Amino acid sequence: MPGNVQSVERAAAILRLLAEQNEPLTLSQIATALGLAKGTAHGIVRTLAEVGFVEQDQSNGPYRVATEVFRLGWARLDQNELRSKAINWTDALAARTGESARVAAYHAGRARVAHHVFRGDGGTQVLVTGSIVPLHASAMGKVLLAFDPGAGRSAANAELTAFTHRTIIDRVSLRRELASVRDSGWAGSVGEVEPGVAGIAAPIRDGGGHVVAAVGIEGSIDRVCDDRQRPRAALVTHVVRAGRAISRELGHGREW
Amino acid sequence: MVSPRYVAAIDQGTTSTRCMVFDRQGRMISIAQREHRRYFPRPGWVEHDAAEIWSIVKRILPQALSEAGIGADQIVALGVTNQRETTVVWDPKTGHPVAKAIVWQDTRTGPLLARIEREFDAEEIRLRTGLPLHHYFSAPKLRWLLDSDPHLQDRADRGELLFGTMDSWITWNLTGGAGLDGAGIDGAAGKHVTDVTNASRTMLMNLETLDWDDELLRVFGIPRSMLPRIHPSMDSFGRTRDPLPGIPIGALIGDQQASLIGQTAFEAGEAKCTFGTGSFLLLNTGREIVRSRHGLITTVAHKVAGSPAVYALEGSIAVAGGLVQWVRDSLGLIRSPAEIETLAAGVPDNGGCYVVPAFSGLFAPYWSSGAQGIMVGLTSYVTKEHIARAVLEASAWQTRDVVDAMNADAGVPAQSLAVDGGMTADNLLMQMVADVLDIPVVRPMMAETVALGAGYAAGLSVGYWSDPQVLRRHWHRAGEWRPTIDPARRDRELSEWRAAVSLAITWGKRGT
Repeated sequence: MPGNVQSVERAAAILRLLAEQNEPLTLSQIATALGLAKGTAHGIVRTLAEVGFVEQDQSNGPYRVATEVFRLGWARLDQNELRSKAINWTDALAARTGESARVAAYHAGRARVAHHVFRGDGGTQVLVTGSIVPLHASAMGKVLLAFDPGAGRSAANAELTAFTHRTIIDRVSLRRELASVRDSGWAGSVGEVEPGVAGIAAPIRDGGGHVVAAVGIEGSIDRVCDDRQRPRAALVTHVVRAGRAISRELGHGREW
Repeated sequence: MVSPRYVAAIDQGTTSTRCMVFDRQGRMISIAQREHRRYFPRPGWVEHDAAEIWSIVKRILPQALSEAGIGADQIVALGVTNQRETTVVWDPKTGHPVAKAIVWQDTRTGPLLARIEREFDAEEIRLRTGLPLHHYFSAPKLRWLLDSDPHLQDRADRGELLFGTMDSWITWNLTGGAGLDGAGIDGAAGKHVTDVTNASRTMLMNLETLDWDDELLRVFGIPRSMLPRIHPSMDSFGRTRDPLPGIPIGALIGDQQASLIGQTAFEAGEAKCTFGTGSFLLLNTGREIVRSRHGLITTVAHKVAGSPAVYALEGSIAVAGGLVQWVRDSLGLIRSPAEIETLAAGVPDNGGCYVVPAFSGLFAPYWSSGAQGIMVGLTSYVTKEHIARAVLEASAWQTRDVVDAMNADAGVPAQSLAVDGGMTADNLLMQMVADVLDIPVVRPMMAETVALGAGYAAGLSVGYWSDPQVLRRHWHRAGEWRPTIDPARRDRELSEWRAAVSLAITWGKRGT
């Protein structure tokens, strides 16, 4: 019988170590704790980061276990399943707000529209289901960046394209924006994807509490925002409620 | 401040029962839903446990109100809508069904139909009821039940049993059932009622008189005493006593007729197609009883108390979403119905494979009781993705068949198709429907038009909304699919589909 592969054993030890700690660990702390040469520890940690099992907030920063590891074996929510669960409450959201409503989920590096409901005013509109929304500029994208660890990691090194002069392209500002999205539980985007267009989005959680998608509305700034160019509070409430209702359909906080 | 008031609807469907609450703008406030067990004891047999369904209704009505955060006193009216034709017989003393309900999809009454046809002219039945002699409708199912046990016929003759479709069963229970205090038959409070739309599916109601037809009762051997009283769809049905007391019941209406109202198709010439377990195209024909020459049935669309009935032509398709359910439950190719779209989207075409889901024979426009399901065009090339695609295409092609029939009857082709129902969440299917019909397909901003229509009907009945025109303003377009397919491909696939259908019918005739 062949012997154990040493680097796999060491990788497992590092994952165990990081998972047991409340705080992220630096490379030296990891090497010391496991009695490894720093170069050896570095090689293994870098590989674990490549495959998405550990992560760090900034390069050269300390390491922690990525949330992805805890979701191993959880199948990604099927986009069509998501649409079928979201359709009733997305319709109600569009009806309540008078704006077009969308649901988007993060998959393979991009946020993709899984469902689209027209604005109720009867103008000519085309379904955009399947299209991509920018992660750092749109309201739905910001929700996914803020709450979906996969999306957050993918954007860490991606270039932040300027769609308008209001798009956030500075990493520090974006990090601050995402922190405030996590605090408030919703995201806004005012003229950041297209001039004159604003969006509001909120998270959709699955039965395990993980954010698996975002639901949002989009419309002209005049309608979606108040005089100070802030998303209207009443609309924010509708969007957040729709997010909660769809989360319930996915089993979040349901008793049965 | 006066607390806001709402309407509620109970939608008792073929696979699940849901309760929804709507506000004055027709927007959903809450939904509670639960599936019930379906029994397939023999090939072609489909049964439900009516007692289980009532226990689900008892659970979801309070749940929907609690999720909305409102009390029963804030519901101005409740509408009950239901899977049609499904046949329940129960003992009013005990409140228990005497047998499993025979579901509309069930084909067991085929041999019985041949006997009826020898005794009575099928064309005369069609003239009186608008329906072809087919196992789809209630009367043969009720006859079968009474034949299945000699005691049942005796008890029915003695007036000890009640018959009803699901609307009757649920309303009888909502209004008190066998009596809340167990007081026996004298204390029974349950109202034994139905509405014109449900009664028009029994094959026992005369379309002109809107009453039970004595001649047909004789032909099917049904004692009048076991039948519910037929009301207008929008009428006063009393108040609930169970599970919550005091909610006025404002409407009973069959599910497909309810969705016609949910789409606000109040005028003659307006149509809709609902994609659920089956798929149903209804065309409002106003006060006129129109007879189809192309395989559609004539049915009552609705009736407001004190006004003449409104009629409809209907193209009924027995198996649409039901086929997807079968792919999940019996083949295990998918874990949830929505995943069929993911699977089917993996290939650009059906690889030559066609599925004709004649699980209940074929309904409109073929009306073949004997047809059985087939899958054709199999080669080593065909994968489960191709089969998934053929499964969705079967719904699209069947829709094409009934739309062709409707166009032929109407003399003018439809310019677009209004669709609704749970399956409209399947974007690939909606694109297929647009492609095979060669017209735009439009979804309204409330896919659950069955429950919405029952809510509308109940609200109209009690004056929550002053008239149907108010409701039209709530209708918004939520999505639209336009045809993109190459016409040559459409024509080729249409002829292949039609060839597959004739094979399914031929297969059903083997050994005869």
